[in-house]
Amino acid sequence: MKLSFSPEDEQFREEVASWLADNLSGEFECVKGRGGPGDEHHLVEERKAWERKLHEGGWTCIGWPKEYGGRGASIEQQVIFNEEYARAGGPGRIGHIGETLAGPTIIAFGSDAQKQKYLPGILRGEEFWCQGYSEPSAGSDLANVKTKAVFEKTDEEGAGTWRISGQKVWTSLAHESEFCFVIARTDPQSVAHKGLGFFLVRMDQPGVTVRPIEQLTGTSEFNEVFFDEAECDASDIVGAPGEGWKVAMGLLGFERGVSTLGQQMLFQNEFDAIVKLAKANGAAQNPALRQRIAEAHIGLRIMRYNSMRMLSGGEDGSLQKEAMIYKLYWATWHRNLGKLAMDVMGQESEILEGAPYELGRLQSMYLFTRSDTIYGGTNQIQRNIIAERALGMPREPRG
Amino acid sequence: MDFAFTDEQQMIRDTAESFLSEVSTSEAVRAAMATERGYDSALWERVCQEMFWQAIHIPEEHGGMGLGYVELVAMLEQMGRYLFCSPFFSTVCLGVNALLVAGSEEQRAQYLPEIVAGKTATLAYAAANGGWGSDAVTATCAADGEGYRIDGSYRYVTDGHTAELLMVAARADCTAGDEGISLFVLPADTPGITRTWLPTMDQTRKQAELVFDGVTVGGDALMGEAGRAWPQLARVLDLARVAVAADQVGGAQQSLDITVDYLQERVQFGRVIASYQAVKHKAADMMLKVEAGRSALYYAACVADEALQGGSLGEGLVEAASIAKAYCSDAYFFNAGCGIQLHGGVGFTSEYDIQLYFKRAKSTETFLGDASWHRERIARQLLDGEAVA
Repeated sequence: MKLSFSPEDEQFREEVASWLADNLSGEFECVKGRGGPGDEHHLVEERKAWERKLHEGGWTCIGWPKEYGGRGASIEQQVIFNEEYARAGGPGRIGHIGETLAGPTIIAFGSDAQKQKYLPGILRGEEFWCQGYSEPSAGSDLANVKTKAVFEKTDEEGAGTWRISGQKVWTSLAHESEFCFVIARTDPQSVAHKGLGFFLVRMDQPGVTVRPIEQLTGTSEFNEVFFDEAECDASDIVGAPGEGWKVAMGLLGFERGVSTLGQQMLFQNEFDAIVKLAKANGAAQNPALRQRIAEAHIGLRIMRYNSMRMLSGGEDGSLQKEAMIYKLYWATWHRNLGKLAMDVMGQESEILEGAPYELGRLQSMYLFTRSDTIYGGTNQIQRNIIAERALGMPREPRG
Repeated sequence: MDFAFTDEQQMIRDTAESFLSEVSTSEAVRAAMATERGYDSALWERVCQEMFWQAIHIPEEHGGMGLGYVELVAMLEQMGRYLFCSPFFSTVCLGVNALLVAGSEEQRAQYLPEIVAGKTATLAYAAANGGWGSDAVTATCAADGEGYRIDGSYRYVTDGHTAELLMVAARADCTAGDEGISLFVLPADTPGITRTWLPTMDQTRKQAELVFDGVTVGGDALMGEAGRAWPQLARVLDLARVAVAADQVGGAQQSLDITVDYLQERVQFGRVIASYQAVKHKAADMMLKVEAGRSALYYAACVADEALQGGSLGEGLVEAASIAKAYCSDAYFFNAGCGIQLHGGVGFTSEYDIQLYFKRAKSTETFLGDASWHRERIARQLLDGEAVA
């Protein structure tokens, strides 16, 4: 076991930190610490400009192979980049979905034409992506998608157009994105995970309508997206019709948790704000709150150690036990932090910063954390996965 | 950065697992724990001669294996899994650590080879219900000619009634807190020491009370500097806390594993009870606890290793030890408690082993500070700006 980074990696850290210090200033001072969960809809144009700035410095898509314009950065370097980015107050990445989900999927499963068409836009921070997975009747049961894709052939060579119809939901940044990757049913007779296709769909077209969802926070990071015979060229399906599930599941394996340490830096910022408040308002003298503050600190430190174990594991990271607990662990921890923040604020926790519903930072965090244990696999689904895949207990019966 | 066992560390872990699964069976544990001594002397002799475990982190210059704390923790985790009854913890995690941290060159050269040869040792510092910090030291010492005279009593001394070598803390009259504390090393049969075994709820680890009545020792028994030993003693205790956390992770893992095995066998309403979601979710929560605890433990093991080697990471020992001890104490108790519940009626019998883990969970939780004690220690650092030892 070795906890320290190599001298080369430490040099890389300095390079990242100094570039961020030099560039996350001036016209970009305003985006510091903005965006991300609970603040995704703010300063969008400025944050898009920041994506282009990152590209100028060579800091987009650093984990991609060099042949596609990335740096081919090691896991350690990606971790360092994410840590320094969060430490510097780098804004929530609008390019995140393209860089970590769409791009790696196209690199792994896409055609040469798709790589040439889509990867440069992601790399340059000019084209943004959203994710078309969940539907009103396909939440935890993702394979239950109803959205249909019907093919209209124009010649015998296989050219033609897919027409996609259906409704997607919980699509963040849909109105700011050029493209959406969509799972839709290519075989109308099929059920569950068979007969699906994985489509790269242009958002700016008559068949696509985006409608924001107002959340309990009063804000709208998420949207519903309606597809009404939206067009997708035959060359824009990834993999063969019917293989969409395989592509979609492959995508889930790409992330391997390199962004988790960056996420933890954001959590650390929130925790520090709570400690500061507790010292200022006297909550730090309350024995019960002292215990909970210490417990939150312990929980966050362990989250970091657990990520380090995940990142040090073998190639097939998704099967490691420390990786399998991660979502359940951080989501539950963060939800508890939200409640702790309100309890430290005390009676002031009810009072807003303004009308009609202007939440303070900790209030917004508190409300938003109620979604952490739901999106990306609810706590209940996570427990099923742990029990079945890690502990070998019988699978749930399926209807 | 590579936060995973090396091949050699994995081998040490695997060897411990296979040896203990043979010698520390349920029958063997139950036989050993029923005795006042608490362990099988013949087995301990075998461990010392064949496995050489007692020498694991004793430097090679003193005849040991010269391995690090990560290797020690890998082994302790397996001992916790198999409830291994032995003087290993008291001798190695208290005795050897105290000699490594506070012993003079002469004391190490004298006592470490004796431990390599099979001598047992322990550490005594706390009085009855006095907590686990410096205030717990109430025994007194006073200069007496060339040496010292020690009076007072110690409780919760692991293997205190059987250990052959004692390391004890005592304070100068009219001192309090971190001030005035000295450490001594002395043979357990020194005149004036009365040692009494204390029957315990967890029978797998024995405790004793030691009463010192006018015990006199020579000047060469003093470890470190007279009256200024608390920082060293505190370091020994934090190293020991990491060792306890290793035992807890092993026990929490085994509590989960034997419970899942039972759930997969037991049939009610025509299906194995492992197929019920209420049961599966509880088991998933147990796995989360043990994996998060293991992450805390391995980090603390790396920190402890550097603390002994003088590396920079070692400065974080207080925090890492408290994090590991707080989380793993709760995790073990949670897993063993859920284990009894999920076993149903048989979990309440003495026949099934889950009750042994439940009892060990509580004794390891209490020993050297429970979770709330350690959380308060962290809170003092975070909220009061105190440097805590």
